[in-house]
Amino acid sequence: MIVVEAQSLQKNYNGFPAVAGIDFKIHRGECFGILGPNGAGKTTVVAMIYCFLPISGGKLTVLGKDVTLEPRSIKTKLGVVPQENNLDLELTVRENLLVYAGYYGICRSEAQKRAKELLHFFGLSTKADQEVEQISGGMKRRLTIARGLIHTPEILILDEPTTGLDPQSRRLIWEHLRKLKKRGLTLILTTHYLEEASQLGDELIIMDKGKILEEGKPLELIKKQVGAKVVEVEISPGQSHALLGTLENLISGYQIAGNTIYLFVAEDENAAVELINSSGYVQTYRVRPSNLEDVFLKLTGRGLDYAETEETGFIL
Amino acid sequence: MQKLKKLVSYYSPVNRWALKVLARNLIVFRKTWATNLAFNIVEPLLYLAALGAGLGVMVEDIEGMSYTQFIAPGIVATSAMWAAAAECSYDSFVRMHFQKIYHAIVATPINLEEVVVGELLYGTFKSVLSGTVIMGVIAALGLVLSPWALFTPVVLVLNGLVFSQIAMIWTGIVPKIDNFAYFFTLIVTPMFLFSEVFFPLDVLPQILQQLAWLLPLYHVVALLRALTIGLVSAELIYHVMWLIIFILLIFPLPQLLMRRRLIK
Repeated sequence: MIVVEAQSLQKNYNGFPAVAGIDFKIHRGECFGILGPNGAGKTTVVAMIYCFLPISGGKLTVLGKDVTLEPRSIKTKLGVVPQENNLDLELTVRENLLVYAGYYGICRSEAQKRAKELLHFFGLSTKADQEVEQISGGMKRRLTIARGLIHTPEILILDEPTTGLDPQSRRLIWEHLRKLKKRGLTLILTTHYLEEASQLGDELIIMDKGKILEEGKPLELIKKQVGAKVVEVEISPGQSHALLGTLENLISGYQIAGNTIYLFVAEDENAAVELINSSGYVQTYRVRPSNLEDVFLKLTGRGLDYAETEETGFIL
Repeated sequence: MQKLKKLVSYYSPVNRWALKVLARNLIVFRKTWATNLAFNIVEPLLYLAALGAGLGVMVEDIEGMSYTQFIAPGIVATSAMWAAAAECSYDSFVRMHFQKIYHAIVATPINLEEVVVGELLYGTFKSVLSGTVIMGVIAALGLVLSPWALFTPVVLVLNGLVFSQIAMIWTGIVPKIDNFAYFFTLIVTPMFLFSEVFFPLDVLPQILQQLAWLLPLYHVVALLRALTIGLVSAELIYHVMWLIIFILLIFPLPQLLMRRRLIK
């Protein structure tokens, strides 16, 4: 069952197309990841889904309802975890949940019960009566997610849920999100961490400059775009083309960034490695499984952190 | 027809969703009311002491009232004005801009217009509360001569709505929190000085007297003074009507400006 559907969805900011006519479908129960660098339009897309930003063109339906016509009834069924923490700093941890429940019109006793369950689930029970200012960044994040679940929504939208967190807190949040997924909750997740996207995402769209570059399941995307393995080769810049010449038949593409060439091995990495070894140009190399960042590099010629590569080539 | 619908839509956020926003603010108020009110009450009483007991000694009676009696209702009106103006400027700005509370609320079924109205209601609540408490203190000091003064909160509701809205308009416009200084210097302070709080306006040139009629606080002061001395007549209805029309006329503005500010 489709819960979100976008058709030629557009968003312009003063004429600038932040989202330039995209189509996608999100199904019930999946974790739908929107991957892309900062400024790709990810936040704009989710902000239109949770009816904060009006759409500029196309059509967007959430749970079968048009975002421009029925925002209130859509918002009743969505949970939102925004990019910037916007917890209520004047309230305690528990009050944050209770007051938020009040916005949804949930009665006091039901809210108390839900808050207790959620605090327990997110490991915040001992902090329930502390001021929000006093808890750590990771806890604030978990509280924001708990707040988004207080009204048992059908879809939870997470905009960069782990940005700015240390690796431990990040993993803890992933753990919680996985549990929620198991319970059948639909998740919509934006991220610029490819690990996050590959850990959690069932279906992904990769966005850049307001457009969808590619979509599919993470592993299939990697397989389709860059193959299973990547060889990273350190080489002096003058010699890269000579090396590429000898490898032509064994790689599906490459990327040059400074003294490093990323070689996307087509089939057999051993044959490629042998050639690299015997070429005499190469100082060091390393074979590793390919990942979503390679996909992104291939599709845009840039890393997710904006580092421009100098040259991208594909032998199709 | 379409235009009429649009016009009506600006008044529809006065609803149960806006009350939820008010409820959030009241929960916070419950924690901070003591300090909150103390400041609102001490300052007007200082004015009353300095001007009434100090300056008042050198001023002859005005329209049969002692100087302290003359300024007392004006002090109630102005401090209620300050309460609403401060709440919906600095405090609302902090919630909107720094704490992103408006953003958090509009992700729930509540929309931005209802958030704005909820804030206006809270500004009004604080204004009525502090004005009423001060009126109580003034009554205890024997400066209230008529039981008509029991209607003070009704006038203060109008007063609170007026100044909550004016402040919220600025909150919708100002780029930075520092810019509220203009609001207080250009709007609130002149209102404070020229609304017949401290002296009868007939000492001023005709033209300034007429300009004072444009100041909302002038009408509030006139009403409260009439109530405290019991000089209640049908003429007062003009002041009430002036305030109600003003409130209704500017009502769409805070909503429009806040939407323009936050939603691109």
